[in-house]
Amino acid sequence: MDINNFLEILTNGSSISGHEYRLNDKISSAFKIYTDDIYIDNLGNIIALKKGRNNDSNLKIMMAAHMDEIGLMVKYIEDNGFIKFTNIGGIDPRTLLGQEVIVHGNRDLYGVIGSKPPHLQEASEMNKTIKMEDMIIDLGYSKEEVEKYINIGDVITIKRKLRALQGKRLTGKALDDKSGIVAMYECIKELSKMEYEADVYFVSTVQEEVGMRGAYTSTFDINPDIGISIDVGFGSTPELPKEDTLDMGKGPGITLGGNIHPGLRQQMVTIAEEYNIPFQTEVTPGPTGTDARAMQITRSGIPTLCLSIPLRYMHTSVEIVDMRDIKNTAKLLAFFIASISNENLEGLLCY
Amino acid sequence: MLLKKLTEASGISGNEKEVRDIILDEIKGYVDNIKIDKLGNVIVYKEGKNHSKKLMITAHMDEVGLIVTNIDALGLIKFVPVGGIDKRILVSKPVLIGKNKIPGVIGSKPIHLQKKEEWEDALGIDQLYIDIGVDTEEEAKKLINIGDYISFDSDFVEFGENLIKAKALDNRVGCSLLIEILKETKDIGFYGVFTVMEEIGLVGAGPAAYSVDPDICIVLEGTLCYDVPQIDKHLIPTYLNKGPAISLMDRTTLFDTNLRKKIIKIAENNKIPYQYRKTAMGGNDSGKIHTSKDGVITTTISVPCRNIHSPTSVMSKYDYENAYKLLKAILFEYEKGAL
Repeated sequence: MDINNFLEILTNGSSISGHEYRLNDKISSAFKIYTDDIYIDNLGNIIALKKGRNNDSNLKIMMAAHMDEIGLMVKYIEDNGFIKFTNIGGIDPRTLLGQEVIVHGNRDLYGVIGSKPPHLQEASEMNKTIKMEDMIIDLGYSKEEVEKYINIGDVITIKRKLRALQGKRLTGKALDDKSGIVAMYECIKELSKMEYEADVYFVSTVQEEVGMRGAYTSTFDINPDIGISIDVGFGSTPELPKEDTLDMGKGPGITLGGNIHPGLRQQMVTIAEEYNIPFQTEVTPGPTGTDARAMQITRSGIPTLCLSIPLRYMHTSVEIVDMRDIKNTAKLLAFFIASISNENLEGLLCY
Repeated sequence: MLLKKLTEASGISGNEKEVRDIILDEIKGYVDNIKIDKLGNVIVYKEGKNHSKKLMITAHMDEVGLIVTNIDALGLIKFVPVGGIDKRILVSKPVLIGKNKIPGVIGSKPIHLQKKEEWEDALGIDQLYIDIGVDTEEEAKKLINIGDYISFDSDFVEFGENLIKAKALDNRVGCSLLIEILKETKDIGFYGVFTVMEEIGLVGAGPAAYSVDPDICIVLEGTLCYDVPQIDKHLIPTYLNKGPAISLMDRTTLFDTNLRKKIIKIAENNKIPYQYRKTAMGGNDSGKIHTSKDGVITTTISVPCRNIHSPTSVMSKYDYENAYKLLKAILFEYEKGAL
């Protein structure tokens, strides 16, 4: 499958943290044709294994990109059928007003988010954010009708279709971190044409947005020699400090800091330079807010790397990525994996 | 569906051409005289029985939106609103820019890089910009010009029980009603006027009323609706699904009481549900029309719209149908000379 199509399927779909199963078939069927084994663990992580060149004691490299996305949850149904809701994962309430949503009950219902109208607000209120608790979802049905389909606790997705902007840029919701899944998918396709030693685990993790929970269990299960998280990094915009961001279209950020194994990182940089793959440096001194954090401290500790795909307007429904960055991330991952062998790993890990 | 075509077209105040063209195409052959005046208002006359009183029915064509004011070195586009827009609805929305409808998005700073206090303040227009996916001013200027109009990218959706979501329901709903009544009525002489630039100060209505010089005017509108359970009943301007709303007063007009009473009676005699528009906020073309020349008797009949002036306005087909029935019944009375 073309990676643009795959990204479209993933971002237009729904996989709110804890409810990722809606994408299981899409992800499994895409990876399946390239893998030796694929299974779903107790928490819902999709683990796809692609074996390396035949030997008995293959080392294990695990990649993780999270399949979950932020969303909302039904809290209460008003007397006139309006829904009150709360958030799952980090959502700026300012991004919610006027959005279209899908409420996932025993059937999917379309709705729109509204609030107190301007004419009933004090002038001073107009400069204040409307709080999430003052917003409602209008499903267009009476309470009796809503209750037939919707329960408290049902999850809600912001409705947004992937759309092409200029050049190679695309906009949509939840490109954090469906872009990472697509980069893994492109990587597995690349690896199919390459010689490499390691057994590679492509893990679509669950519940990253609420605390990397899927990464903990999948890493425990796989117990890899190297863990690589593929997530998104803050794309540069004028209001953000330059040092906190990555430029769009200039390659993935290779994270540097305490969460990252310095020897492996050096190898990643060397490979990028050797194959002329553009990259940027992302400096995170402490734990990254990605699956790399969970991987690093699993079992007796795992040497970890993190690649960040530049993404603008993170956690809004109009995130932007550049397809060139996704492709370069995939390429870098594939060449990196091919460069790791039983022979050189010990040296790379040496402090 | 006509309303789908009308709401998905772009017609920001001062740039109504796309909507005007749809209207002209729709009414062609159904009216006896079409004139586009110097401001862009469409003034049509339908021949029929002569009456001592001249009737004009109006709907404004324009919608609120944005306009490009600058393109910065990074190719990001600055804008200001055209008409009354709550700036808080702009964040995290797709838009379409200019004649070629170049897609763009209004993003915002990632939540991760904000301090919690920042959430409490609404983002100002000066903090927002549109990203079309380019990196330089040069690239952007090949596609976008300063002064290009920007509309919300929002499609027409039917949902729930009889509801419609769309942008620009204020006032494509009025345009749709007027188009349909122009197409369906026979032998009743009246003027239909599609006005420009209502949202930026009732600009088109005055000159249109001046040239038509009517005795009576019915203004068709989409009006605000906020019907949540928690607020006091008297603060609810209109309800969805309770029929067309008949205006009492707003910021621009004290609507004629006698005409209102006649219309209520017509509604009641024909068993058409109706409600009063119970807020003095807002205003519409009637403000300029009722003070035109030696004065015009006016009324406003509106279809209630939740989330008005946003990309996701919501109305009920039931209210639309009843607004249409009422309009038809009023014309019937007018034909008898009873208005």
